[in-house]
Amino acid sequence: MEPKAKNKPLNTTYFTDVFNSYNWDDTLNSIFNKTEADVQQALAASKRTLEDFKALISPAAKPYLEQMAQQSRLLTKKRFGNTMQMYAPMYLSNECQNICTYCGFSMTNKIPRRTLTDSEILKEVAFLKAKGYDHILLVTGEANKTVGVAYIKNAIQLIRTHFSNITIEVQPLDQDEYEYLAAHGLYAVLVYQETYHRDEYKKHHPKGKKSNFNYRLETPDRLGKAGIHKIGLGALFGLEDWRADSFFTALHLKYLQKNYWKTKYSISFPRLRPHSGGLEPKVEMTDADLVQTICAFRLLDEDVELSMSTRESEVFRNNIVNLGITSISAESKTNPGGYAVAPQSLEQFEISDERSTETIVDMLKGQGLEVVWKDWEHFSH
Amino acid sequence: MHTTLNIADKTFSSRLFTGTGKFSTSALMEAALIESESELVTVALKRVEVDNTEDDILTHLAHDRIHLLPNTSGVRTAEEAVFAAQLSREALETNWVKLEIHPDPKYLLPDPIETLKAAEALVKLGFVVMPYIHADPVLCKRLEEVGTQCVMPLGAPIGSNKGLKTKDFLEIIIDQTNVPVIVDAGIGAPSHAAYAMELGADAVLVNTAIAVSQNPIAMAKAFKMAVAAGRMAYEAKLAPVKQHAEASSPLTSFLS
Repeated sequence: MEPKAKNKPLNTTYFTDVFNSYNWDDTLNSIFNKTEADVQQALAASKRTLEDFKALISPAAKPYLEQMAQQSRLLTKKRFGNTMQMYAPMYLSNECQNICTYCGFSMTNKIPRRTLTDSEILKEVAFLKAKGYDHILLVTGEANKTVGVAYIKNAIQLIRTHFSNITIEVQPLDQDEYEYLAAHGLYAVLVYQETYHRDEYKKHHPKGKKSNFNYRLETPDRLGKAGIHKIGLGALFGLEDWRADSFFTALHLKYLQKNYWKTKYSISFPRLRPHSGGLEPKVEMTDADLVQTICAFRLLDEDVELSMSTRESEVFRNNIVNLGITSISAESKTNPGGYAVAPQSLEQFEISDERSTETIVDMLKGQGLEVVWKDWEHFSH
Repeated sequence: MHTTLNIADKTFSSRLFTGTGKFSTSALMEAALIESESELVTVALKRVEVDNTEDDILTHLAHDRIHLLPNTSGVRTAEEAVFAAQLSREALETNWVKLEIHPDPKYLLPDPIETLKAAEALVKLGFVVMPYIHADPVLCKRLEEVGTQCVMPLGAPIGSNKGLKTKDFLEIIIDQTNVPVIVDAGIGAPSHAAYAMELGADAVLVNTAIAVSQNPIAMAKAFKMAVAAGRMAYEAKLAPVKQHAEASSPLTSFLS
């Protein structure tokens, strides 16, 4: 039985304390030691624990994948109905002072750097608005002088009247900086740990502020304390064993839900693909593995948002929208100005599904899903 | 055996908390409480003659194992509750208080707004606050945030013996809360108590069902066994109820 952390003062809590009580190898062993009986127990449970989650991502669960998918679909329909939330990423800058071995924007890559000006941002906005998007994800690299808090605040102010829901995926910030951005219209923040393997993390982030593992690990705590509405978690599958990274993501999620109960959560599933031209995965995650992981998250948590980007292939995306995913992007460009300003410039990572927004919308409708563009309104100012 | 329970500075072996009301005699109350092996016993401050060292109730509660938990039953506002708690701290020499504010004399349902106000004030005054409340998950989080050491949601109206009418909400509370959850009020049978423990409640408080039984001593023992059994089952992890998923066309055939 897992001991319940009781009587802990709330405002001084950080995930690092919980995380440090786990050991990577022991965790991985315990996942690999799960049996078919554990999987059956997990599938039959009405409320699932992290031990159940381990069973569901274990090799022993592979023969139960179809059963997991059926349950995942039912739970998703029960909670979210037949809907799919649309969002679009908008890259504002590829300037970056970090070295990340897997990223096209890594500091040492000799690529033209660009940070969008106000008028360029508005051009991109016009493009996305014409497509129908109302939930937007702003992305930058980490370059404090050019794309620091002031730049992000300016961008949010600039686009605020055009989008009802603004999310950022930028460098980790301090609590007061998040509070400041929230006051200017920020809704959600995505911050992926990339990998929860401390040593492997160091290898992939040798330089820049991002090399500080703990600061990144505690970012969701700072977001929770800052009262940000939604926090997005994830690991870059392939850097290390995807099972252990999935488990630690789930552990992180459960910890945050306990401590920041007013916050919503979402999980994303980026993975490195072999032979795609980028960094080769150390541990490959197959399509079946990814389906297993997505279903396991849904079976663990009926309410969490599960998000799918255009990194994945057409066939995979056509099928995964029925298995637990609740929000999806389309036609994404991962280069600053990629929509309207400079469509030819270099992207952060390769997009697999290049179909137009219109095609994706038709695909979703064809599967009986209502496409949701707007699902937020600011009631404060 | 099952694990012990910590609240503030105390460790409890028994997860059955009891009360002192409604017994036909104080001697019977004492015998039943001894049989229950309960280590935390709530007593209404309004029933105690605080100036009288020979007070009947207190004399019968003078056992090493029994910790007194004064309650504020009878108060109707936060202000009165704070006053009552201070009085009890002085008279009974304990900073523990079961915060009960029920202005409604018929169903004795707790006032959530006054309770939250009083809890915040009492925590600041150094009390270990155990608030009796409706099974309201959001109120539980708010109380936890102001620093109460546990929450005590009700299973059904107090004294009704109806069992866990609030089960769905108790489950949310048990799932979300970071402080011990003690199901208080409504538990009328040992099976109700065992069920609460199986759901993952940290303890239960039972008074009426023991006190008004034909045989309070035997009933106290029955509750003791039920609470221990329920907790043991929870820690051993219950076997799941079989669920049958509705099969639709294959969803994963695209993978092959």
